[in-house]
Formats: sequence, structure tokens, C-alpha cells
Amino acid sequence: MKSWARLAGIAALAASVTACGSSSELRPLTVVGWGGSSQDAHRKAYWSSFSRTTGIPLREDSWRGGVGVIRTKVVGGDTSWDIVQVETEDLILGCEEGLFQRLDWAALGGREAFLPAAVHDCGVGAMLWSYVIGYDGDRIKGPGPRSWADFWDVKRFPGKRGMRKTPKYSLEFALMADGVPPDQVYPTLRTPQGVDRAFRKLDEIKPNVIWWTSISQVPDLLGSREVVMSVTSPGRLIVANRTEGRNFKLDWHGNIYAVDYWVILANSPRKAEAAQLLRYMTQPENQMRLASHIPTGLTNIEANRRVDPKLKLDTPSDPANMAGALELDANFWVEYGDQLTQRFNAWVAR
Amino acid sequence: MPGSRAKLPELRRWWRFALVAPLLLFLLASFVAPVLMMLSRAVIDRDLERVWPDSAVALRQWDGEGLPPEALARTVAREIRTARQEGTLNQVANRLNYDMVGSRSLLYATADRLHAGAPANGIADLARIDPRWERPEIWAAMRHADGPLTSHYLLAALDRRLDADDRIVNVPAEQAVFTNIYLRTFKISAIVALLCIALGYPVAYLLASLPERKANPLLILILLPFWTSALVRTAAWAVFLQTNGVVNNALQAVGLIDAPLQLIYNRLGVYIAMTHVLLPFFILPLYGVMKGIPPTAMRAASSLGAPPVRAFLSVYLPQTLPGVAAGAIIVFTLALGYYVTPALVGGGADQMISASIAFYTNQSLNWGMAAALSLLLLLPLLLMIFAGRTMVRTVPA
Repeated sequence: MKSWARLAGIAALAASVTACGSSSELRPLTVVGWGGSSQDAHRKAYWSSFSRTTGIPLREDSWRGGVGVIRTKVVGGDTSWDIVQVETEDLILGCEEGLFQRLDWAALGGREAFLPAAVHDCGVGAMLWSYVIGYDGDRIKGPGPRSWADFWDVKRFPGKRGMRKTPKYSLEFALMADGVPPDQVYPTLRTPQGVDRAFRKLDEIKPNVIWWTSISQVPDLLGSREVVMSVTSPGRLIVANRTEGRNFKLDWHGNIYAVDYWVILANSPRKAEAAQLLRYMTQPENQMRLASHIPTGLTNIEANRRVDPKLKLDTPSDPANMAGALELDANFWVEYGDQLTQRFNAWVAR
Repeated sequence: MPGSRAKLPELRRWWRFALVAPLLLFLLASFVAPVLMMLSRAVIDRDLERVWPDSAVALRQWDGEGLPPEALARTVAREIRTARQEGTLNQVANRLNYDMVGSRSLLYATADRLHAGAPANGIADLARIDPRWERPEIWAAMRHADGPLTSHYLLAALDRRLDADDRIVNVPAEQAVFTNIYLRTFKISAIVALLCIALGYPVAYLLASLPERKANPLLILILLPFWTSALVRTAAWAVFLQTNGVVNNALQAVGLIDAPLQLIYNRLGVYIAMTHVLLPFFILPLYGVMKGIPPTAMRAASSLGAPPVRAFLSVYLPQTLPGVAAGAIIVFTLALGYYVTPALVGGGADQMISASIAFYTNQSLNWGMAAALSLLLLLPLLLMIFAGRTMVRTVPA
């Protein structure tokens, strides 16, 4: 009899182990960022002072994107996250699936207080960022690359190139290198001939490409001279210049820019506090602090106007950087992503 | 009491079962059931049926010849509108988009036009909104998705698809990718397992033959990498092997080579890094087996006149084969699932199937495709493990 009771105890323990993860009442408000220097900047700019002024304790987590992670949590009943920073395709897919809470835009100061690209039913822009050409100024002396055609020109700039191992960005850059004006890139890619043209242009540079998968590889690839120039986001190289005394340089011609968004998960048990943090992170005076911790574009129009112009230099917020820039068309990638990724992987392996 | 004595073995058997029952239940609930539920997505297809119940019924009744009856077109048009209003159109749109790229924007654009008051009394009306409604492809895509079962995902995982006339055809050459990636995955895993055997066997032999005082520090050296994350070890290999890395600089300083060798961002880098990460998984089971072989066996062989090589080959080696098989199977199985290491030290042509599974799971939310790819990875794996079991069993212990 006694042993059976013990057994039942063990079974109950096993059941409670499987069930854990769904008990969220005790955990503090949880905010999820992208780790690294970006997460550090957000902590310094927002999270520490938010906890101090409101008395609401915050817990941090980090992730590497992919709306599938969120779908698993929401569908599986795991309520461990409240606010998450997501990319545009994740925002579109997750919002359609009902994974995110619809935002109360009046409480955030109205849609017109933000850049149009930063406004969505389910998310508000967290930061504005770009993919640009990055190169080592100690290695390319004199005039550097000034366009994607230069990036493709291995005669003028001999050496390997770093590119992200995804069709996203690679196909757009290839078309721009082939002379397609930025506003015609996505209309061209929507035709089969346009896709063929982009792949033909990629064929030219393929023997000279080293594909990276994580943006954190880029400073190492450039620093170790494995590549002479690379597709990169500006922040990482600027931070390397500051902390490691590098001489990395950027070229903004034909950059592709996109917005990352804050969302509140539909199954968050702390929606009111999450909304409070969201308001805090989007107020102009708070957003302006972010720019001093990491070079990034701000989404609040007033914050953008008032921020020190020096802090805009290496960001998409500087109008000088954005002539001839292309906004990432997330709708295109939601629709064509599967097909083009498949074709890209087949192409890359050939 | 003879009755209770007869009951005793029965009770004991139940008691033994009860001892493992909690773990068994735990495994069933937390591992087997979720895995089966995930894998079932490879063949179960209810997205369209759930959102468009009437259209699904009508699609199943339609014989699939050419264009559908006008009544079916009207039903579809009506349910496009209602699904758009209820915010559920994305489920159908994404499902049809897997079969026919462009369906997503077609459905949304059509929904907006219908909402604005465009008539929808048949195919001709729909074709005025977008000419693609007049072609059989979109209707075939809908029919393929009418549920409850589908072959779409499994066919796609084998680079095949159903065309508008329900024939199985190859996907266009530039889209065919998975067969190659599967072959590559198995090849890389097999070569890594062979490299582990070649490098690990002597090490395990050395460990097993040394006295414990000397073997233990060496064993800790083998275990050390276990406590370092695979990501960190992979990144360390990148520093080591890159163009201006330690290996190339050393070789150039000695004068063995003039220009740096390409040791990384290609298949060679993948083999080196994966073999290193997986080596302990081979050495440890083999070491366990070798420790169990009495040293007297070899001595007996040589006292009976066998030269050392002969004694090793016919006495020692056969006894270690179960350990070799166990270690190689562990390495092979683990290697099949690798994707961080190939992603970081491999080139474009070294991607393994897990990377595709991760893409469909996390990025595009196409879990049917992820399930089909996983299923096709799992089946040969189960065969392998079964073959390994029989192999281990037939080896004389």
C-alpha cells in the first residue's frame, strides 16, 4: 500500500515536470530582445530606468527570430514571454495568425507620431536598421566601393565578399548591381525573368563569396581579412571601430532598410504592464537615449527631430545615407520566401 | 497457502512494470506523443477545410476536369469574402501558396475587390478581377488542399509535385534541392563516423590499456569538450582554420606552402569541426567495452603462439566491435541532425537537411513541410538503428 502511494507521488512529480513552464503568475514582466550589443543598448536606454521609475521588475530573455518559436509558445500554452522584438515578416505572419495582441495606438500617442513604416496593427517600430556595404579602410585605401556594381567588381577590388546566406537581400543586391533602379527591384523580382536575371548576376560573383549566417561573423570575417568587403549592418562595425580600434568603413549606396517591431504576445498574462513598457519605450525622450548607446534609426518622429545630429551619422535616420535606399518588402518575402529559398539553396550548392 | 505463492511471480512482474511506468508515461506524454503529432502534419491537411467548409465539400465532389462548375466558383468567392472579414483567409492563402506561388496575393487582392462590390457570379466574373482564375492551376491547387489527407508535403520533400492533371512530376530543375541535401546529409554523417572510428579507436585502446592513474587525466581531457558548447568549439575552429589563421600561418612560416590553403567554409572544414565535436561520443562507449575485455585473453592468444597482429585481429578486435558499432551509430545519428556547425564552418554546398527543417519550422511556418522532411530523415534512421542492433547482437561477445 505504502509503495503504491510512493509510486503515485512519483507519477504526480512526473506530471508536474511536464506541466511546468505554464505557471507564470510568479515570474516578472519578460521582455525579449536580440542579445549582444543591441540588447545591452536597450537595457541601458529603457529597461533599467523603467524598473526604477515604475517599480515593475523586468526579466530579460533573448532570441534569434523566427515566428515559429512564438507560434510554438502561444499554441503550446507557454506564457513565459510578454514583449518581443520581431522582424517584419514575423510581424505579418504572426499578426495574421493571431499570435500578437492588437495595439492600442491612441495610448501610444497616435499612429501619426511614428514613421509610416513603423506602424502596424500588431506592432510598433523599435528601431530602423539597414544592410550596407562594409569594408576595411586599412585594406582598401583610396576610394572604396560606391555601389553594388562596385561590390560585384572583383577586378577593381580583388578579394572575397561576405554575403548573408539567404535569398532575401542577396537577390535585391544582385538586381541593383545589374543596374535595376531601387524602386523597380521588387516589381522585377515578381516576374520569373527578373528572378532568373538576379540569379544570373549572382552567378558572376559566386566563386568570390563567403556566405555568413550570423551577423556576428561579419566583424571577424573582415578583421581576419577572410573577406575584403561584406554585406553588413552598420552597428556592429561601428562598435568594433570604437572598442577594437578598427578602421571599418561603410557605403550606404543602395542599402536595404527595414524596421524591427515590438509586439505583445496574445497569451501574455501581463498585458497591462507590457503596454506600459511599450509606451515607455516609444516616448520621444526615452527613444532619444537609445541612439547614444547604439547607432540606430529611431521610429518616433519627434525623437528623430530632437536627437543630436551627430548620433544620426551612421544610421538610416541620416537623410544623406538614404538617397537611393530600398525598403525591404516583407510582403514579397512572405509570399515568395519558400520558393526562392529553395531555389537559392539549390543554386548555392551547385 | 499455495494460492498466494502462485500469485507471487505475477505480482513481481507488475511491480517491475510499475517501477518503469512513471518514466514510460513521462516519455509517452513529453516525447512520443508530441513527435507523432508533429509528424502527422506531413500528411494531414485541414487548413482549407477549416476555413472554407462549403468549398471543401464542393471541391471533393468536383471531378477535377478542366475548370470547375460555376456553383463551386460562387461558393469559393463567397467564402473568400467571409474568411477575409473574419481574418482567417491567411490560413488558406498560405496553404495554396505552397502549391502555387502567387496564390497568396491573388486571394487577398480578390478579397479586396469582392469587398469593394465586384460581382462574383462565376468564373468569368472572377477572371475579370484576375485572369489567373480562368486557368486550371489555381483550382487544381485548391483541389489538392481539400483534405483531410495530402501527399503534397511528402512529394515536395522528394522534389516531386502533382500537376494540374494529378500526375506526379518532377519540380523544375532549379527548384530541386531536397534529394541532394538528403544524400549529402547521409554522406557527411557517414564520413564523420568513419573519421571518428579511425581517430577514436587508438585513443580508446590507449585509455583502456593504461593504468588508471594515467588513464584518468587523459579521460578528463576527452570529457573537457563535453562541458564546452558546440557553438564555442565550432567558432574556435574558425579562428584556427581561417585564411590568416593559426594553421595557415604556421604552415607558411615553416615554408610548406606559399599561399594560404582554403581549410574552412568548405566541406573540409565541416569534416574537421564535426569530427572534433562528436569524437567523445565515439570514444566513451568504446572505452567502456574495451575495459570489459580481460587482458588475459590476449595473453592466452600469444601463449598459444599467435603473433601480436594475429592476436589483435582475431581475439581483441572482434570483442570490441559492439563498442565500435555503438559509438559509430551514436556519432552517425547525432551528425544527421547537425546544422549549426555546417552553417558556421561550411560553404554554400555543405548545408544539411536540419537547416531546411529549421527554416520551415521557424521562418516560414510551413510545418507540414518541416514534418515531411523530418519524417523522411527519421525513416532511414530507424532502419539504421535496427540494423545496428542486429549487428551488435550477432557479434560474439
